[in-house]
This record gives sequence, structure tokens and C-alpha cells, in this order.
Amino acid sequence: MATQSTTQMPSVGYGAAILRAIKSFGLLRESWVGMIGVFLVLFWVIVAIFAPLIAQFDPNASIQPFAKPGAVAASGSTFWLGTDHMGRDILSRLVWGSRTVLFYAPIATFSAYTVGILMGLMAGYRGGLVDDILSRISDIILSFPVLVLYIIVIATIGASGINIVIAITFASSPGIMRIVRGLVLDLRNRDYVAAAQTRGETDWRIMLFEILPNARGPLIVDACLRLGYVIITIGVLGFLGLGLPPPDPDWGGMVNETRQMAMVFPHMTLFPCIAISSLILGFNLLADGLREISLRD
Amino acid sequence: MILLLLKRIGFMLFTMVVVSIILFLLLETGLTGDPATRVLGNFASDEQKEMWRDQHGYNQPTVVRYAKWLGNFATGNLGTSIRYKGPVKEVLLPRLWNTAILGFWTFAIMIPLSLILGVLSGMKEGSMLDRTISVFGILTTSVPEFASAVFFSALFVFGLKWLPGTSSMIGGFEFKQLILPAMVLVVYDFGYVARMTRASMAEVMTSQYIRSAVLKGLPYRRVILKHALRNALIAPFTVIMLQINWLLSGVIVVEFFFAYKGFGALLLEASLNNDIALLEACAMVAVVVAVSSQTIADIGYTFLNPRIRFS
Repeated sequence: MATQSTTQMPSVGYGAAILRAIKSFGLLRESWVGMIGVFLVLFWVIVAIFAPLIAQFDPNASIQPFAKPGAVAASGSTFWLGTDHMGRDILSRLVWGSRTVLFYAPIATFSAYTVGILMGLMAGYRGGLVDDILSRISDIILSFPVLVLYIIVIATIGASGINIVIAITFASSPGIMRIVRGLVLDLRNRDYVAAAQTRGETDWRIMLFEILPNARGPLIVDACLRLGYVIITIGVLGFLGLGLPPPDPDWGGMVNETRQMAMVFPHMTLFPCIAISSLILGFNLLADGLREISLRD
Repeated sequence: MILLLLKRIGFMLFTMVVVSIILFLLLETGLTGDPATRVLGNFASDEQKEMWRDQHGYNQPTVVRYAKWLGNFATGNLGTSIRYKGPVKEVLLPRLWNTAILGFWTFAIMIPLSLILGVLSGMKEGSMLDRTISVFGILTTSVPEFASAVFFSALFVFGLKWLPGTSSMIGGFEFKQLILPAMVLVVYDFGYVARMTRASMAEVMTSQYIRSAVLKGLPYRRVILKHALRNALIAPFTVIMLQINWLLSGVIVVEFFFAYKGFGALLLEASLNNDIALLEACAMVAVVVAVSSQTIADIGYTFLNPRIRFS
């Protein structure tokens, strides 16, 4: 009986929800598209974690300018991907740059989700005036072309890691709010919500422990897509010169610094582009695989 | 219908006013740093800043200044660009025209391409063709614009030497220079529109009336062209209109990369140079274009969909 009730009642809390999430990741094996996504994302996560072991050079050290891929340094190590115009090893910069991206992108996404989920829960569950105000605010923010919004925000508050997180939260939380709101409008009339209301639980408890865990499916897929999109945003901002301040490696910034020399030294520009595209592709394929599986149930 | 129209237009105006207030607060008041410092730089003396504030009316109350600022905007007086040393309007208009040309060609290629691919994959959901198109779409949307610009340049400019690598149009308008920027924008965007078209087409294909059409023995071709497409193409219309909003972001990257003298490059330049009047004008133009296209999308959707039109 006890085991049956956990499978039948969807609202048992986060422990079971996390267990099921792990199980559905296991199901990913059936989708080869999703598996490629997992592989790409894991590859970069491992690279980021073991960056000090993989990178043979200091990413900001000027060693030997304009070395071609495969050239051997004076120290005996090889510049597998060559060096840039300032003599910095491109492979080491890519490896350390993966840390930057995989640090800021999840933080920005998480922060946007926290704000978006809270707004969406309030708008969907409370309804009425709260809903109207929150919906209008998000309509207005969403009516901006995204990059224009980022440029204005960054231009006024300055370019730094924390400001990029703020700008991304500001621009993406309204979209997340809309999704959550839609899900809540559907879920709030379920029996288990009525049961919790009868038990006399507070609104916030119902929102966070009854409704939110049951809205997770579409949100996980959206989070994967959005992570990919946030990585694009960080890359684009770096490329436009509005990203993290130099000299620390940042994939978009690397493309911007070296693109004028791409005709003679294509390796300087091509490798960062391949790196960022493969990571984004990983998240998008992962999202596609997850969606395919969630549609199957 | 008319009520809806008025409601939409009312909301459009409301959005523009709110956006103008946000812009004003962000760029013209001390909320995010002193505007005098922003314009004159960090090394200006206090006297210089005070003089500048006095000259440009920054010592008046905020509300008065906002009213004046909005009034100037509404009457077409967009102020003076610091960087171009001239009226913003004269700088802005030719740039907008250039971006309109780029946008036109992007849409002229992207719309037929994405509709055809979307319809083809939506016709038989789950088929080999459908999977191929959808994975291809994911692949192209995963490559940021600046990266695909690098890849295409490497291939077509440095490798095959077919196309010019910059699009500054110094020697007058040349169509050849427009190909790469438009291509980058199309490649990044068609996947999304194709996916939306596919979803709409797939939904129509499972509907009762298509099943009846197939069962009564109509040729498959006729079912698709005469029956399915009409309904399947209503939703993509909205999606395509909303892509104008996205295009305004895309052109910033692409114009910067290819040195195309368009609106997006101008907006970026204005923000990098703290050219506040120019930045405000660009941002307002962007919002006006975005909000109007959303309004047209909404109204158009209502008009195209007979279920809403006649209710």
C-alpha cells in the first residue's frame, strides 16, 4: 500500500520528485539525440572541473605570439590549438573559459528561475490584481528586443559578472513567469491542492510543496533550453565587448579580440566558436531528448 | 473586433510610455550614476560638470525634465548625437533604411524556407524526414550568430573567396555584400520558425476534418494543399511577425561583425560611446518597431482565425 501511494499521488514532496527526475534521466538512454547532448554537456563540465590539470599553460601568460596549432613551446609542451596575437595558449584559454561560462550561465539561469517561479506562482495562484500587475510588467519587459535590453542595462550599470547575472535575470524571468503561471492555472484546481487547502496549509506552502513539484516536467525542459540561450547571451555580450572585463578568458571575448586576424590565423577565432557552439548544442539536444521522453509517458 | 483593436493599440501606447519612463530613469537621472560623468568622462572637474548640467537643463525637477524630454521625442526632436556631432535624426534614418534592406532580404529567404521545412516535417510526424529536419534545426539554432558568421567567413571568404568579408558598402550599394549577413540571420532563425510551423501542421494533421478528407479518398496532395495548409499557416504568421523583435537583436551582432552601416551597429556604438541621446533614440525606435509588430501579429491572428473573427 505504501509503495503504491507514492506512485499514485504526485504530491509527496521533493525527495520522490528528485528520485523520479533521476529515473527520467536514465530513460534518456533511449533517445540518441539526448545522449549526444548529455555527452557534450558532461564533456565540458569535466573539462571545467579539471581545468588546472588539462591546461598546460597559464591562460593569461604571454608566451609565444602567433604560434600555429601543434607548435612546440620552449618549455617542451605543445600548443595543441596554437596561440593568439598576445602569445596566450588557446587551448588553455578555452579550458579555463569553460569555467567562466559554466559558472555564470547556471547562476544566471538559476537566479532568473527563482524570480520567475516566485512571480509565476503568485500570479497564477493568487490571480486578480497581483496577476494583472505581474503580467503587465512581464509583457512590457518581453516587448523589448532582448539584446537591446541587455545593452541598455549593461551600458548603465557597467560590465561585470554580477551585472550580467542581473541583466539576464531581469530579461528572462518574465518569460519563465509566463510558463509557470500557465502551469499553475492548470494545477491549482487539482484535488491535492484542495486537500492541502482543507488541511489549512499556508498559500506559500501549497505553492512551493504542492504545485511547484508537479510543474517540474516542462520547467526542466525549458531550463535546459534556457541554459543554452544564456550561454549564447554571455557569448554574444563578450563578443560585443560588453562581457566580462579582460584579461580572463571568455569565449565570446576571444572571438572578438582575434576576428580581425581570422584571415591569416583562422585557428584563433575558429576554436572558441566551435567550443561555444558545441556546449550550446549539448544543452539543446539534451532538452530535445528530455522533451521526447516526457511526451512518451 | 473594434474593441479589441482599441485595446491592443491602447496597450501599445501604454507600453511605449512605460518604456520611455524606464529609459529616462536609467539614462537621464542619477539612479545609475551621474549623467554628467557619463557624458564628460571620469576626469571632468566638478565645475565643468555643473556647467554642463546647467546648460542641458539637468538642474530642473525630474518630472519637468521628463515631460520636456517626452515632448521633444513626440515632436521628432531627438536631440544631438555627441559622437556624430549632429542631429540624431540625420544619423538614424539612413541607418534604419539599411537595416530595413537587410531585414527584408533575411525575411524573404527565411519565411519560404522555414515554412516549407516546417510543413514537410509536420505532414508526417516522427518520420525520418521529420527527425532529420528537427535535428538540423536544433543544430543551426545552437550556433550563435557570431560563431556562424566566423564559420561562413572562413568558408566563403577565406576558403572559397566567393564573397566579401565586410559589408560596409563603401563603394555604394552592392548586393554581394548583403549575402553573408542575411545568411547568418536566416541560419540562426529558420529553425525556430520551422519548429513552430511543424507543431501547427502536426496539430492540424491529427484533426477530424483532415481524417475525413483522407478517408473520403481525396488525393493526399489535395488534402495538404487545400485543407491542411490554410489552417496550419495561421500560427506561423504570428511567429514570423514576432521574429521582427528577434531580428532587432540579431542585426546588432551581424552588423557589428560585418561592419554593415545599419541600425544595430549604431545602437551598439551609441552604448559603447555613452552617446545618450543617440542610445535613447535607438532604444525607442527598437521598442516602437517591436511593439507595433506584436500588435500587428495579434490583430492579424484574430483576423486570420475565423473562429475568433466571427465570435
